[in-house]
Amino acid sequence: MAQRQAVAPPHRLGFAATLRRDTWWVEPALVLAALTVFFGYLTVSAFLDNWAFEIGPYLSPVFEPKLHGVYSQWWFSPALLILWGPAGFRLTCYYYRLAYGRSVFMSPPACAVGDLPPRYYGETRFPFILQNVHRYFLYVALVFIPLLWIGAIRGFHDPDEGWGVGLGSFMLVINAALLSLYTFSCHSLRHLVGGGLDCFSCSLYNRTRHRIWSWVSRLNANHRLYAWASLVFIVATDVYIRLVANGHITDPNTWSRF
Amino acid sequence: MALRTISIYRGDSGGGRFVDFQVDVEEGNVVLDVVLKVQAEQAPDLAVRWNCKAGRCGSCSAEINGHPRLMCMTRMSMFPADRPVYVAPLKTFPLVKDLVTDVSLNYQIAKTIPPFQPRPPDPDGLYRMSQEDVDRVQEFRRCIECFLCQNVCHVIRDHPENKARFYGPRWFVRLAELEMHPLDTADRRQLIREMAGVGFCNVTKCCTEVCPEHIKITDNAIIPLKERVVDLYFDPLRWLADRLKGKRPGAVGAQQ
Ligand code: SF4
Ligand code: SF4
Ligand code: FES
Ligand code: FES
Repeated sequence: MAQRQAVAPPHRLGFAATLRRDTWWVEPALVLAALTVFFGYLTVSAFLDNWAFEIGPYLSPVFEPKLHGVYSQWWFSPALLILWGPAGFRLTCYYYRLAYGRSVFMSPPACAVGDLPPRYYGETRFPFILQNVHRYFLYVALVFIPLLWIGAIRGFHDPDEGWGVGLGSFMLVINAALLSLYTFSCHSLRHLVGGGLDCFSCSLYNRTRHRIWSWVSRLNANHRLYAWASLVFIVATDVYIRLVANGHITDPNTWSRF
Repeated sequence: MALRTISIYRGDSGGGRFVDFQVDVEEGNVVLDVVLKVQAEQAPDLAVRWNCKAGRCGSCSAEINGHPRLMCMTRMSMFPADRPVYVAPLKTFPLVKDLVTDVSLNYQIAKTIPPFQPRPPDPDGLYRMSQEDVDRVQEFRRCIECFLCQNVCHVIRDHPENKARFYGPRWFVRLAELEMHPLDTADRRQLIREMAGVGFCNVTKCCTEVCPEHIKITDNAIIPLKERVVDLYFDPLRWLADRLKGKRPGAVGAQQ
């Protein structure tokens, strides 16, 4: 008889069922708020191509690489040509899966708290089975890293006045650095560089991959931190460059024209 | 010494209730000390399973104020002294009596996992491994089979019907230990996807949060296994590369 019992009493099934007595809902609520604010802003920003996102040496990283020169005749925002890559990368990221798995889908909202869906198949079925393509978005994201660094270097070179430096230049560098840390701490990368091997010492090739795997593993331990830091910073950089470009604030810099 | 209230669930699969006990709690007491004091002095028929009182045997798992924990590793001083401490049995396994649940499902799952299959030894009859090859596996060997991770995992905790198609985190730790072993030759990836149901896990990491051995279950066992499953089932480039190298995906030793 005991084997047929669904759950041991005093527990019960159902959304939010728990014996926890702490404020377990605070964390998912904060994560939900933060995800909404930052991803919401980036979505809106991608469509706001009529609100200047570029001035002198600075180009908002949301619009990097610079396609709008070529495609300025297009009726949609050039950011849309680019953003599917980073968006898919974050959407299928193992950390963000945790973040929205808990705070949006509430499966579960917190540990030892009843989850929301009445039937649960996880990542075994459509749509969540698509999480398995994460490594392809990683390949796309790896292409973006050098492009972001080129953008960051361009942040020191005004097309009219030449080399110089401003607060925006540093923001673009920090932004590129955080996005690099986020990408190089990816779980799929950790697997691809060496995690998939069973014998690290079996050849020089494997020993080299083991060394790279150890570096990626060290970064990977802080993947959540880099996920948030890079997200917050790209928003901050976009806001800052737009405020400068639209004349709301002045960027302290060595150039004279803005 | 201070008088504290501990509220212990008393009952069986048919039902029951929390019963309050007043106990003299000494400095340094853990929840298991207090439960055993109740058993010795006030409720001799209280059912509780324990063995080592040192966090080594994995017998004393329970839910304390709703948190899955080892009773012997949870100090009473963690909780406010003016409120009762609630001790309940694990949720995910059938209740036998009071704090004792029937965790035999885990032993049935264990039997279905293909055991270690070593390659032939070196010509002198010895096996050689380097430390760097077994570092990962040694983390997994720390498991004490307390089944707190199995208990907290929402896939089976909140959906008992999934017990038949999902092995649970403890068994992904075991599978990772075998799959990453430098001497092992078996390929369990098909089992990991189909029978063990690794796809049910949505990497929400509650197993990692409760593991008293601090095994990074999700990051170091489950996600790497998911990636190995992707190699075999969802990666056409890998499939093509394996074909070109003359390795069939899924062939024994394809990971070497
Ligand atoms: S990370 Fe996966 S296995 Fe661990 S508790 Fe969550 S769903 Fe279960
Ligand atoms: S992995 Fe950790 S939580 Fe799970 S059974 Fe082993 S020791 Fe317990
Ligand atoms: S980017 Fe987060 S796991 Fe790959
Ligand atoms: S009694 Fe052995 S782990 Fe608690």
